[in-house]
Amino acid sequence: MAYFLLEIGSEEIPDWMIEPALEDLRAKFQAAFGAFGGSALVTEATPRRLVLLAKDLNEKAPDTESVVPGPYLSAGIKAAEGFARKCGTEVNRLGTMPDAKGERYVFHQLTKGQSLAAALSEKLPEIIVGIHFPKSMYWTGKGGVRFIRPIRWILTLLDDQVIPLEVAGVKSGNTTRGHRILGSKHPIPVTLENYDEQVLPENFVIVHAEERKRRIEAALGPDVRKDPDLLRTLVYLTEFPTPIRGSFDPSYLELPEEILTTVMRHHQRYFSVLKEDGSLAPEFVAVTNTNGDPDGLIRQGNERVLRARFNDARFFWQVDQQKKLSARLPDLAKITFQAKLGSYKDKTERVVKLASILAAQTGADANVVEVAALLSKCDLTTDMVKEFTELQGIVGGLYAKAQGEGEAVATAIYDHYKPASMDDSIPRTLEGQIVSIADKLDTLRECFKIGLVPTGSKDPFALRRAAQGIVKIVFEARLELELPALIEDVPQLAAFIRERMQFYLRDVLGFAYDEVNAALAAPLTTAPDLADRVDAIHFIRPTGNFEPLAASFKRIKNILTQAGVETVSEPDPKLLAPGPERTLYDAFLRVREATKRNSSNRENLASIASLRPDVDLFFDKILVNDPDPAIRQNRLGLLSSLLAEFSTIADFSEIVTS
Amino acid sequence: MDSFQDTIFKLKRYWADRGCIIQEPYDLEVGAGTMTPETFLRVLGPKPYKVAYVQPSRRPADGRYGENPNRLYKHQQLQVILKPTPEDVIEQYLGSLEAIGVDLRKHDIKFEEDNWESPTLGAWGIGWQVMLDGLEITQFTYFQQCGGMDLDLVPAEITYGLERIVAFLQNVESVYDIEWAPGFKYAEVRLADEQQFSVYNFEMADVPMLWQEFELHEREAQRLLDLFRTSKDRERFPVLATYDHVLNCSHLFNLLDARGAISVTERVGVIARVRKLAVGVAAAWVQQQNPGEEAAA
Repeated sequence: MAYFLLEIGSEEIPDWMIEPALEDLRAKFQAAFGAFGGSALVTEATPRRLVLLAKDLNEKAPDTESVVPGPYLSAGIKAAEGFARKCGTEVNRLGTMPDAKGERYVFHQLTKGQSLAAALSEKLPEIIVGIHFPKSMYWTGKGGVRFIRPIRWILTLLDDQVIPLEVAGVKSGNTTRGHRILGSKHPIPVTLENYDEQVLPENFVIVHAEERKRRIEAALGPDVRKDPDLLRTLVYLTEFPTPIRGSFDPSYLELPEEILTTVMRHHQRYFSVLKEDGSLAPEFVAVTNTNGDPDGLIRQGNERVLRARFNDARFFWQVDQQKKLSARLPDLAKITFQAKLGSYKDKTERVVKLASILAAQTGADANVVEVAALLSKCDLTTDMVKEFTELQGIVGGLYAKAQGEGEAVATAIYDHYKPASMDDSIPRTLEGQIVSIADKLDTLRECFKIGLVPTGSKDPFALRRAAQGIVKIVFEARLELELPALIEDVPQLAAFIRERMQFYLRDVLGFAYDEVNAALAAPLTTAPDLADRVDAIHFIRPTGNFEPLAASFKRIKNILTQAGVETVSEPDPKLLAPGPERTLYDAFLRVREATKRNSSNRENLASIASLRPDVDLFFDKILVNDPDPAIRQNRLGLLSSLLAEFSTIADFSEIVTS
Repeated sequence: MDSFQDTIFKLKRYWADRGCIIQEPYDLEVGAGTMTPETFLRVLGPKPYKVAYVQPSRRPADGRYGENPNRLYKHQQLQVILKPTPEDVIEQYLGSLEAIGVDLRKHDIKFEEDNWESPTLGAWGIGWQVMLDGLEITQFTYFQQCGGMDLDLVPAEITYGLERIVAFLQNVESVYDIEWAPGFKYAEVRLADEQQFSVYNFEMADVPMLWQEFELHEREAQRLLDLFRTSKDRERFPVLATYDHVLNCSHLFNLLDARGAISVTERVGVIARVRKLAVGVAAAWVQQQNPGEEAAA
């Protein structure tokens, strides 16, 4: 049993690419060396190294035997001798085996399992350069190897042996490197025993990400705002993380918290510190890649940078207030929305129109919606958003409030990029929801019109997110919006939004896919109605009548298709045969009446499900294809009426029956 | 404490000791050290080259009338090109920080992903911004393409933001408080420059005149590129002079942009016009340097 350690030494790898790269390395290693067994495969990384440790590998892959088919015995001894020669053996060592055409010679070929050392040496270079990175580079010259950043060393230890290999001119060895500043300046020889326990820590490298994370967390303190994403970033930006705490002048707290936090988090990668009441304290925590800051120089440096950043923000705030949002409307003509789709001024005009249509359908305050939609993009012309683009919308909201546009308008603008993801919340107010939908719907409509449609993983305008945002809002806020009417002129978009609804109902609300399909196959209505219909299907589904009825509806659909029936015709009661046919018709009338009276989809589905015995009996006793064409036509009419009348809640034929 | 100019001297000395030619700034308006022929053209082709120079870099839209302590219409870059990149390039770079008085063991250095792209030059690269105690002090780029061509040898471009670094070293809050030379503040040397050019760039530059100028330079560059194509004597053809006209176009574009004279619909088109010229010059340069080998245009 052998241990194998691989360390790929690179220049600093972007933090967000490290975990996926390790996953890829692990999968590729597993695929290539699975034959050697092993009890565990561990991967670790710092910005400068990707590490893989495989434990308890067999030193040799198992031998394999394959059967090489030769000539039939009937072909004679000459053929057999030729075959034996080709296999490097003699005729008396060949076996025989019968098959459909007779008895034939076979050669049992034994392939010796490759040694682990040979396999590693042969396959690792390809695995290393094959690790997938979202953006790679070459550095040894045109056409050279590509990797995320230049590879500077490779450590390959199979127990105490170096596995010889070469990648991009770098020869493997038994040495690692320490922390750029604090570690040894020279390559350091290691063994499997002392690599991560002794040599790396002594050289200020903590190779285990979990350990770096714990080290940061231990120093944060309970008043530091939790931020798992930032924490992960810092874990992969450092080899020896040491948090330090700094402070800033409390007078900056007069700036909105959103702006202060963005400066600290996005631009400086600092954690925020909170007071007991949950508001921002004039402090921050920076995570350094050092062994500490005994003289306070690093703290002073970071405080100085933060001060300059906050001064900028304060300066932007003051300058921006000199021109109100409403006065910035003409400036939107100078900002491109999309090359073929014109400027943000054009977009704003469309969004205002869409928003007012949506407002009228929902009882939102039309005036608030109009003003908010009109001003929603004006913050794109402010210095603040030019500097802190991730604050678009939020800055608009803050400015609108400061400029007396009213709380409702300010909130609607503030929220209108929400939800930023499926985990994000939707806008807080109805007016914000309307402006958000109008903005996203416009982007979708216009992009689809000029053929900018997402394909596969390519979605440069984040159209999926936009559509998903709309869907999330209409479902969560239960908005009675007639979406179909707003997208019917862009057919591809209608299908796209339907897909997003399907995703939402299935993956977020957890309905079965056939229940969702059944509800979506019925005419598309408003989101609350759609959600209610799926819920009703889900509720009624376990009852005894439902699935058999669904099966019968499928049968009806098939019969109608085969008979070429495309329109619905009411049956003539006079032509109905007494017995099961008449009974079904009466039941149809009864249920139709009931569904008109019932107030809920659940009740309606229960009524429809009660048709089951009559439908069953009908198919049991009645032949639809009656020799008399008039009777046949009448029976098809009965079935088509049934199907049409009761498919508005759900298309039952979509239900998968057991 | 070293003055602004002392720090520049030390950096130049440091890179000169590592085999770099110390060039002087290019004598045309450019937005960055990357645009000068010493970088844009020298990185092309198979010839190794090492050079360092200070390049005053003009970005009209970044002007703040001298009122913002950290933002300048014209800042000084110290640009280093190492072609091909030596294996210990990062160690060399860190050494340069020590040479100007940064005790690395007492400070926090991080390399954070930051890739670089210039649509007007048809150029891009992969690299980092180097952070010193949370302050971005250097842009470090491995060039991959220039003038739309894959580079034969991958150069490292190290661009020091001199004002920022020196403000850090001198521990001053405003670039204008930097001591440029003993007894002379940065403000005394450059403030008027910032104020007057902000006024000109934002308020007074004559837009029709700038457009005319742009078109004249564009026409001349294009005329020369067309002549190059049919030239029998490419060896002595003025490709470098052609490139000067492209640089003029680029600067005039930046001025027009700062003046708010370029509409949304025009913008992409104007960038494409400059890019076409830059790519043309790059191809011509490669052909001139390597006669017999046709560059992929």
